[in-house]
Amino acid sequence: MKKVKADPKGVLTGAHYLDGDFALAEGALAAGCRFFGGYPITPSTETAERFSERIPRVGGIFIQMEDELGSIASLIGAVWGGKKAMTVTSGPGFSLMMENIGLACMMETPLVIANVQRGGPSTGLPTLTGQQDMMQAKFGSHGDYEIIALSPDSPQECFDLTIEAFNLSETYRVPTFIMTDECVGHMHEKVVIPPADEIELVERKWYTGPKEAYLPYKPDKDLVPFMIKAGDGYRFHTTGLTHDERGYPVINAECQKVNVTNIIEKIRKNADKIIKIEEDQIDGAEVVLISYGITSRVAVRAVRLAREAGIKVGTMRLITVWPFPEKRIKELAPKIKAFIIPEVNYGQMVREVERSAAGKTQVFGVPHCGGWVHNPEDILNVIKEAVK
Amino acid sequence: MTEIRFSGFGGQGIIRCGLIAGKALALFDNKHTTMTQSFGPEARGSACSSQLVVSEDRVLYPYITKPEILVSMSQEAYEKYEPELREDGILIIDKDLVNTKPPRGKIKTYAVPSTRFAEELGNRIIANLVMMGFFTAVTKIGTPEAMKKALPGLVPERFLDLNIKAFDKGYEYGLHVLDEEKSH
Repeated sequence: MKKVKADPKGVLTGAHYLDGDFALAEGALAAGCRFFGGYPITPSTETAERFSERIPRVGGIFIQMEDELGSIASLIGAVWGGKKAMTVTSGPGFSLMMENIGLACMMETPLVIANVQRGGPSTGLPTLTGQQDMMQAKFGSHGDYEIIALSPDSPQECFDLTIEAFNLSETYRVPTFIMTDECVGHMHEKVVIPPADEIELVERKWYTGPKEAYLPYKPDKDLVPFMIKAGDGYRFHTTGLTHDERGYPVINAECQKVNVTNIIEKIRKNADKIIKIEEDQIDGAEVVLISYGITSRVAVRAVRLAREAGIKVGTMRLITVWPFPEKRIKELAPKIKAFIIPEVNYGQMVREVERSAAGKTQVFGVPHCGGWVHNPEDILNVIKEAVK
Repeated sequence: MTEIRFSGFGGQGIIRCGLIAGKALALFDNKHTTMTQSFGPEARGSACSSQLVVSEDRVLYPYITKPEILVSMSQEAYEKYEPELREDGILIIDKDLVNTKPPRGKIKTYAVPSTRFAEELGNRIIANLVMMGFFTAVTKIGTPEAMKKALPGLVPERFLDLNIKAFDKGYEYGLHVLDEEKSH
């Protein structure tokens, strides 16, 4: 994995007062993203707007596509042409992208998709928040595959985690999602953008061997194959069909086993390296509250009230939501009375906690249908219930 | 920690007030701020508001619950948001646009003819900047220098001078009001 410094051209070094949506675009530009294809949708439109203004000035391309099917397709093309590429969307647009997200996984195409979540299903609540696409990010396309997803809790993290998303995406040649939401997207806070030479980027794993020997899907030791740039004189074939190391379709169970195992295991085997979580007061905790994104900031108040009431509450914030930190949950489960998982959905990541805890402790969800964040009191009540 | 709500009707630059104060305090006065706005199908003319949490440390819970400071530039906004203001809070209104009820608890009320001053300066569109100057003087939440430093990028460049003039007008009036308060 080759590391390089960011190109100063894309880095708006300094302190800014930005909303999360703008910070996503700035993070991408700092990470060297030079292609944006997208279709505007509330509440993610500001990101597209920022890209349209900024990316041409740093030598990149902005295309407003005909729809979200086209947006994600344009990214795949741009990446095979050698660019780093990103798009941004929300609920309905995310649904439309699903088929080609599977294509990107199958073609092992590194790209970044930000989903500024709003309340669903369907058109739902265009201007109001939700965290209801968390499972869709992992399972929305058909077939078996793995992806990476991160969840920022502030505009600063929108910036930081977009860079991280590009690095992970390039390292593992996998679509990487930034699962933010309307609240963080439209919240303004100070965002500090460091100097370019303090931003470390992962260089795409370029193939440099003899042209005739290039195999686009021959896994390296880390299971990630080398990439080339279309137009550089390499002959290659790529497809969404099950394929061999040459990238040619082979429609049988044996090849399927190799192909699918590779795209899954390159993430699962590296899960410990990928997963980032933030823990507080876990040692000696009676209960552990697990949250992500905006909800982790709302839960802070409930946790403080619970601690004031003498309850030992530990917290775990999922910065990486996929792959899910199942090992850590499994380890903690027998030591505590309960996990509590507030999220702005009817109960999604709570199922992963239940699965990982495997009956070793109680698991309480604190669901919310979307449109606004939790009332901290509602979370507090569940914490109290859990320690009874 | 201080919770502030700016309110008025769409088109008055109420969101801009939150942005100016948030940026000024966070970038030039060494505070932590989180600015949020009601984001809905609001249109010009209807009630609108922006919220600001100001803190010495990182703002964790990003929303306001019981604001200490309420700025109201319209009657509708005043009526909607006054009940949530703390009993020891500060209420700041546009004198000509808001009729207040008898004061509640220990709430201190400060009034400025921001729209009238703006019209005298040549454009009512800068009433929000008169208000920001006044707000800065009476709340002392930040320095006037920081507020003015925050303006580039948030107001059109060609109107920067006019906006600063409006801010100064409001700020001076605020100091004057504080002086009068002291002498009483």
